[in-house]
Amino acid sequence: MIVAEQKSFKEIVEYLRGKYDLLIVPCMSCTAVCFAGGVQQGEELASALRIHCKMHGDGLNCTVRPVTRQCDPEFIEELTGEVAQADSILSLACGVGVQFLAERYPDKAVIPALNTSFAGGKTAPGIWEERCSLCGNCVLHVTGGICPITRCAKGLLNGPCGGSEQGRCEIDPNLPCAWQLIINRMNGLGRLEELLAFQCPKDWSTGNAGGLRRLVREDLRLK
Amino acid sequence: MAKQYPLKIIAFTCYNCAYAAADLAGSMRLSYHPAVSIVGIPCTGAVEPAVILNAFEQGIDGVFVAGCLDGECHYKTGNLHARERVRQLRGDLERIGLEPERLEMFQLSAAMGSRFAELVNEFVERIYTLGPSPVRPGLDCGGRKK
Repeated sequence: MIVAEQKSFKEIVEYLRGKYDLLIVPCMSCTAVCFAGGVQQGEELASALRIHCKMHGDGLNCTVRPVTRQCDPEFIEELTGEVAQADSILSLACGVGVQFLAERYPDKAVIPALNTSFAGGKTAPGIWEERCSLCGNCVLHVTGGICPITRCAKGLLNGPCGGSEQGRCEIDPNLPCAWQLIINRMNGLGRLEELLAFQCPKDWSTGNAGGLRRLVREDLRLK
Repeated sequence: MAKQYPLKIIAFTCYNCAYAAADLAGSMRLSYHPAVSIVGIPCTGAVEPAVILNAFEQGIDGVFVAGCLDGECHYKTGNLHARERVRQLRGDLERIGLEPERLEMFQLSAAMGSRFAELVNEFVERIYTLGPSPVRPGLDCGGRKK
């Protein structure tokens, strides 16, 4: 999932200067699961903004209207009525949701309430870790299900670099060496010798260096 | 006590400890300040921050959450989660502009009836010192209008 965290309250208040009718739109997907942009967080933010505005004499009318997924046009279409009543939209979705809202409602100011952090998952209650760099060319079959692109600080395809100590990365001792993990995993699977095969330089044409990426599935397109 | 104007204080109390302590205080004929409205809940871990913020938004002068002593939560760690949430919410209140002292977390056992009455009176005294909530309905904030 996409992991995000809320911007500071001060920053959000700054973005809302001069706004009067605010539509707060939580997203019920990834950002709700990581407790950054769900209904509860939307209600909390609305209450906090109302209290702040009452205290500072700003007339701000906040309405909370969650949607199932902001990265899906058919769900954000449901907001049309509420958006018409608002002069700005505060999105609690990831950067994708914010942009979809901005594209669908071009005459409204769409403000992000979150910073989109990474693609990852929950490793323990309250802890999320990155697992995928979205490179578009997965090598997990070679590395025992551990991504060296994301988890190795140097992104090595033919590791280890030799700098790790006690299984810890030389860049950050709090970081486990991804290649140590890969070797341990492959050893456990009895596939250690597979790591002797040289990995050619990765094809980065599927990465995001060339601007926006697009995926087309002809079988799913409307004819 | 300082000024005697009507206060509104909400206490979210766990059925297994503080709510029973409040009950015991009543059985012991101990009096505590009537400004406190007690809301019984199965565990303080179930109190959502949005509910507490909503209370402040409605103009409540103070809120306290009263849960079990460390290690005595019937749901293992609900009281510890509540304590952490209250700590974070106090920071949020400060950022919003409200005094964080308007929110507090207490930990009690069901046998601490007299302590409950003491804590309530101490908290009420604290809120009297802070004054009424600046977001009370009817208070003129002198704000800009549309």
